[in-house]
Amino acid sequence: MRRLLRFALFALPLLSLALLVAWFALALAPGRDPSLVPSALIDKPAPPISLPSIYPDRPGFSSADLQGRVTVVNVFASWCVPCRAEHPVLTHLAREEGVPLIGLNWKDRPEAARAFLAELGDPYERIGSDPGGRAGIDWGVYGVPETYVVDAAGNIRYKHVGPLSKQDVEETILPILRRLGR
Amino acid sequence: MTRWHCALLLTLVLTGPAGAVQPGEELADPALEARARALSREIRCLVCQNQSIEDSEADLAKDLRLILRERIAAGAEDAEVKSYLVQRYGDFILLKPPVKPATWPLWFGPAAILALALCGGWLYLRRRSALIEAPPLSPTERADLDRLLAGGDGEGRQDQ
Repeated sequence: MRRLLRFALFALPLLSLALLVAWFALALAPGRDPSLVPSALIDKPAPPISLPSIYPDRPGFSSADLQGRVTVVNVFASWCVPCRAEHPVLTHLAREEGVPLIGLNWKDRPEAARAFLAELGDPYERIGSDPGGRAGIDWGVYGVPETYVVDAAGNIRYKHVGPLSKQDVEETILPILRRLGR
Repeated sequence: MTRWHCALLLTLVLTGPAGAVQPGEELADPALEARARALSREIRCLVCQNQSIEDSEADLAKDLRLILRERIAAGAEDAEVKSYLVQRYGDFILLKPPVKPATWPLWFGPAAILALALCGGWLYLRRRSALIEAPPLSPTERADLDRLLAGGDGEGRQDQ
C-alpha cells in the first residue's frame, strides 16, 4: 500500500505533464488555425432560405434547390479579395467536375456581383442575393468566402471557411461528395 | 484648483470607455436597451473573436447587435436570444462557456486539482508529523536522564 502510494506520488505528476504536453502539441500542430469556428450546423438541416437572384431575369436560390441532389453552396462577395483567388477553383469544380454550385452573394450589391462575374466568369447554377446578410447569418456565415456541402436530403455535411484551394477540393471536397453518393 | 485642472478632471470623469454601439442602433426603451447592452457583452464577435459584439466595430458585430435588439424588442428572453445565436454559431459565440458535461473539466477542473493537492498535502503533513514525533523514553533511559540531571556520573555513558 505504501509502495503503491509512493509510486502514485511519483507517476501522477509525470503522467499529467505528459498529457499536458500531448494536448499542447495537438493545439500547436502545423496547419491548425485556432481562429476557425466549427459550424454548429454540421449534420443538421440547412436553414430555410429564399432569396432573389442577382440577375433580374433568373430564378433565385431557395431551399427547394437543395433537395434531391448533393450541392455545394459558396458564399461570396465582389468586395472579397480571397473570393477572387478561389474563383478558378470553383469554376473547375462546377465545369470540370460537374458539381451543382449555388452562390450566396453576401452583403453585396447585385450590380457589383454581376460586374464581378462578368469579369471572371459565372460558374454558379444560381445565385441568391443577400445584401443585408441576414440569410448568411442564418447559415452561420461569419466571413467570406465560406463553402458548404449539402447532401441530397438538404443537410449541411461540411463547411469550409476561407478560400478553397485546389488541394482542398481534391483532398476534402471531392471525397466528401463521393461519399455522399454523387 | 485652476480652470485647467477642472477641465482635465471633467474630461476624465465624463469620458467613459466607448462601446461600438451607434446612436441609431439603440432601443427607445432604456430598460430594454440596458438588457441589450448587458447581453451584447456576453456575445463574442466572430470576426475579432476576443471582443464582445458590444465592443466590436466589425460589420458582423453590428448585424448581431441589431438582430439581438430586434428579438429583445419582440419580447424574447435573454436565454432565447442566446439559443438563437448558439444554434447558428455554436457555443463559441458565448464568451462564457456554458456548464455542461463537455465543459465540466473547464469549470470544475481547477477546484478538483486544488482539492486533490490539499488532500495530498494534508496526508503528507500527517505522515511527517508522525515520523518527527519522538517515541517516549524507555524506563532505563528515563533513569539515566534523571541521574544526569541530578549531576550523577551515568556509568560511563558520558561521551567525553
